[in-house]
Amino acid sequence: MHRAAFLALLSHWRRQPLQLIALLFGLAAATALWTGVQAINQEARSSYDAAASALGQGTEQRLTGEGPIPRETFIALRRAGWLVSPVVEGQVNGVTLLGVDPFTLPPMAASPNLQGDRLGAFLNNGLILANADTAPALAGYNVETAANIPDAQATMDVTTAWEVLGKTGFDYLVVTSPQPMGLPPLTEVAPGLTQVTEEAAGDIANLTRSFHLNLTAFGLLSFAVGLFIVHAAIGLAFEQRRSMFRTLRALGLPARNLTLLLAGETAVFALLAGALGVVLGYGVASMLLPGVAGTLRGLYGASVPGSLTLDLSWVLSGFAITFAGASVAAASSLWRVATLPILAPARPRAWAMASVRGRLLQAGAGALLLVISAVIIAQGEGLVAGFAMLGALLFGAALMLPFFLDLSLRAAAFVVRGVLGQWVVADTRQQVPGMSLALMALLLALAANIGVGTMVSSFRATFTGWLDQRLASELYLTAQTPAQAAALEALLDAEADATLPLRTAQARLVGAPAAILGVVDHVTYQQGWPLIEAAPDPWARMNAGEGAFINEQLWRRTGLAMGDRLELLPGWSLPIVGVYTDYGNPEGQAMVAQPELLARVPDLSPLRYAARVAPERVEDLRKAAEALGVPAGNILDQASVKRFSLDVFERTFLVTGALNVLTLGVAAIAILASLTTLASMRLPQLAPVWAMGLTRARLARLELLRAALFAALTFLFALPLGLAVAWMLLSVVNVQAFGWKLPMLAFPVEWLRLLALALLAALLAAALPAWRLGRMAPSRLLKVFADER
Amino acid sequence: MLLNVRNVSKSFPGEPPVEVLKGVSLDLRAGESLALTGESGSGKSTLLHIIGGLESADAGSVTLDGVELSGMKDADLADVRRRHIGVVFQQFNLIPSLNVHDNLIFHARLAGRQDNAWTNHMAGALGLTEMLRRYPEQLSGGQQQRVAIARALAGKPKLMLADEPTGNLDEDTGDRVMELMLALTAEAGTGLLMVTHSPARAGALDSQITLSHGRLS
Repeated sequence: MHRAAFLALLSHWRRQPLQLIALLFGLAAATALWTGVQAINQEARSSYDAAASALGQGTEQRLTGEGPIPRETFIALRRAGWLVSPVVEGQVNGVTLLGVDPFTLPPMAASPNLQGDRLGAFLNNGLILANADTAPALAGYNVETAANIPDAQATMDVTTAWEVLGKTGFDYLVVTSPQPMGLPPLTEVAPGLTQVTEEAAGDIANLTRSFHLNLTAFGLLSFAVGLFIVHAAIGLAFEQRRSMFRTLRALGLPARNLTLLLAGETAVFALLAGALGVVLGYGVASMLLPGVAGTLRGLYGASVPGSLTLDLSWVLSGFAITFAGASVAAASSLWRVATLPILAPARPRAWAMASVRGRLLQAGAGALLLVISAVIIAQGEGLVAGFAMLGALLFGAALMLPFFLDLSLRAAAFVVRGVLGQWVVADTRQQVPGMSLALMALLLALAANIGVGTMVSSFRATFTGWLDQRLASELYLTAQTPAQAAALEALLDAEADATLPLRTAQARLVGAPAAILGVVDHVTYQQGWPLIEAAPDPWARMNAGEGAFINEQLWRRTGLAMGDRLELLPGWSLPIVGVYTDYGNPEGQAMVAQPELLARVPDLSPLRYAARVAPERVEDLRKAAEALGVPAGNILDQASVKRFSLDVFERTFLVTGALNVLTLGVAAIAILASLTTLASMRLPQLAPVWAMGLTRARLARLELLRAALFAALTFLFALPLGLAVAWMLLSVVNVQAFGWKLPMLAFPVEWLRLLALALLAALLAAALPAWRLGRMAPSRLLKVFADER
Repeated sequence: MLLNVRNVSKSFPGEPPVEVLKGVSLDLRAGESLALTGESGSGKSTLLHIIGGLESADAGSVTLDGVELSGMKDADLADVRRRHIGVVFQQFNLIPSLNVHDNLIFHARLAGRQDNAWTNHMAGALGLTEMLRRYPEQLSGGQQQRVAIARALAGKPKLMLADEPTGNLDEDTGDRVMELMLALTAEAGTGLLMVTHSPARAGALDSQITLSHGRLS
């Protein structure tokens, strides 16, 4: 009996292949987007872990000095019993080179595999070890591949690093934990060194946490949009099979068994869709990972490989989420089957006749979520609260959508003249319950697009304006050696209108790694560094060495106020007299008068310069600098720096853009699925109108119009919602995630483009059902009158 | 002559093809009513659909008020249906999204022939005046069918086609609906062609013909 019943249930899908495709695709798409995002997050986290273990521990104790640490200091420390290991660090072709001493590396470090001849080559022949992805970037060096080296890193002996990087001395010494008891104090053995806790890897993980949370939130949104399709497809299939359920029950199949059979059917679909979803998810992750890697590099300087590793746990979690999603989507339908009276009316009606009370209840639940969102705005703190607020806002609004659509169409009925217009409006209103899930999916996709789009465009406009101000100098030059720098400075003093040497010292400000920027007194800075908070007469005070500026990130993170004293270096603190915007910088930064900085850190490498020069003389100055031996790549004009910065910016939001498009695509499929399924259920409404003298072609055109009307109304609701999302992203989430706040700007042209895209998506989705209606055989329409006899 | 049907044949695909109508001919004068009876599957509804321009014949001709329908384009047929033919189905087929008033005037407005006085008169005669703001789902079967009849006649069409209009109603309600339909078609001067199984209902019309195995007997 059960086999026969199961086959009877499955026969529905044979007759409704498009519905089956919608169901499987919806579930697979939901799974794919979710698992894809999870795979990316997992890959990135593995990378951070690998980077963390490269030198032994996530939290690293280091000895640092104000310049390179001499070899003698290292030897003195070792002789005194300190377990320290020297590191030379630098960048070549975007690869971080780590010069290490294999004999003194901490035992927990991921030591390079130096068995056999490799050790000799490592120590004596300049062997560099990098993983297979990174090795090509070091072409020309003696590189061998080693699997355990993190991406974008290369390991070599310290002497090799000195040669490659042109350095002398060590950048820092790693302190092995634990140290032997009874060591002489550091001040005695190496007075110039200080011990710092460097949470390098931890910092990256912390910095990127917000980005991954952002990605997870997008994944969850896409998953929810996909589940709307599944819920709609399962719900409609339930409606269409009501008479079959009644017959099966009448023939002796208990309700419990029928429910179990339907649950089994859902499980089969989940298995199929899960397999498809995991494969698609792998594809999505592979497609997005290079973008994500670029974003992470651009935003945080974190290195993540651009290729994906397949992990069994990820595959299993993909199937688990498919089953969970299918269960959630099917729960209400299964409950209704389990409690369906045996003589319940067989006519599909629940969708069309959804009660006003149900709609009001749903709108009430939506309003409640909006209130919760408002409460979180007022009370909540932190990134998770920010996303909870966004979630409550989005889903609250989605629940209110059918009510809003009904209200709008009711209002439209008073305005529209002409019998056909009135019928279209009334009929569209009748379709709201059946279309509401798909339209909710569209609403979420549109609001996310408007919200994220407004955020990115606001960011872009602000960032571009900020770059125009900040990059006021016409040329940026970097010398290779102090001698070359001296010659360059002399050249610039003679030829440029102004020479602005750039001096930066690394420090820890309020417990976190940061940079101190020393600037000279020049009008360029006053014009190019807008202050968002300032004490009276800030520039004069800063230039006189009586105050410091800090960037917005440090200001927001620490809560420091104007006048508070900031310890810049041990024994040197200044009151804060200004806060400047510093987009794109993940770290804190302070700006002080250069003479003051040089007085305290005299050996700051004087290699970088900005030059003010009339635009027509830029080329001459460039050539003169090249004549001094400054490589062409080290002379950047204003336009190149801007181009580079904007390029980093665009890469940063590549993933967001891709996910936006994917979510909108999934929503379009939700509309297609709903329209296709509803098409056959709508024939009883369309056939009489056809019989009264409307051609099928005209009815088809009206169906297209109806889909466009739905999309336009949904867009109208999505616009304020999306702007609310943008405001939350800019004013709450971004401040938590990145440490800077941006002004919100309006982009009406973008909205029009999105409206056009939404209309296009709806029209494309409606095209197939409309085309089928336009070409439908009259006998099929006449069956409506015969079927019901 | 309002309606001229000559040698209409129709088959449906199958193995072998099902010949539903075999050279059927009939005539109907303006204002006259004709009952079409016959057993299930005899081709009554198919003939009605062909006359209404809802389906095309394989052979033969249908002429309505001197206009030949056979071979007409879809858009022209739709125009004829809109302007000259009213249809009543067994299942009422009201438009669920429109209230009684809007359903009632729907066809007339489509035809561009709304006559408020006539509509009000019909609504009164059919006892619909009190329920004009209600929706179809709030009406009984008899009430729905009265709305369907009013809708079909609101534009004063030349021909009304009724397919088992009382088939879903109980005896008393069916009698009342028939009585009203005949009275109003006579008042509108509309010709009526009605498919029915019931000899009693057929007897109430001016004349009747019977279809058997695709032929008139």
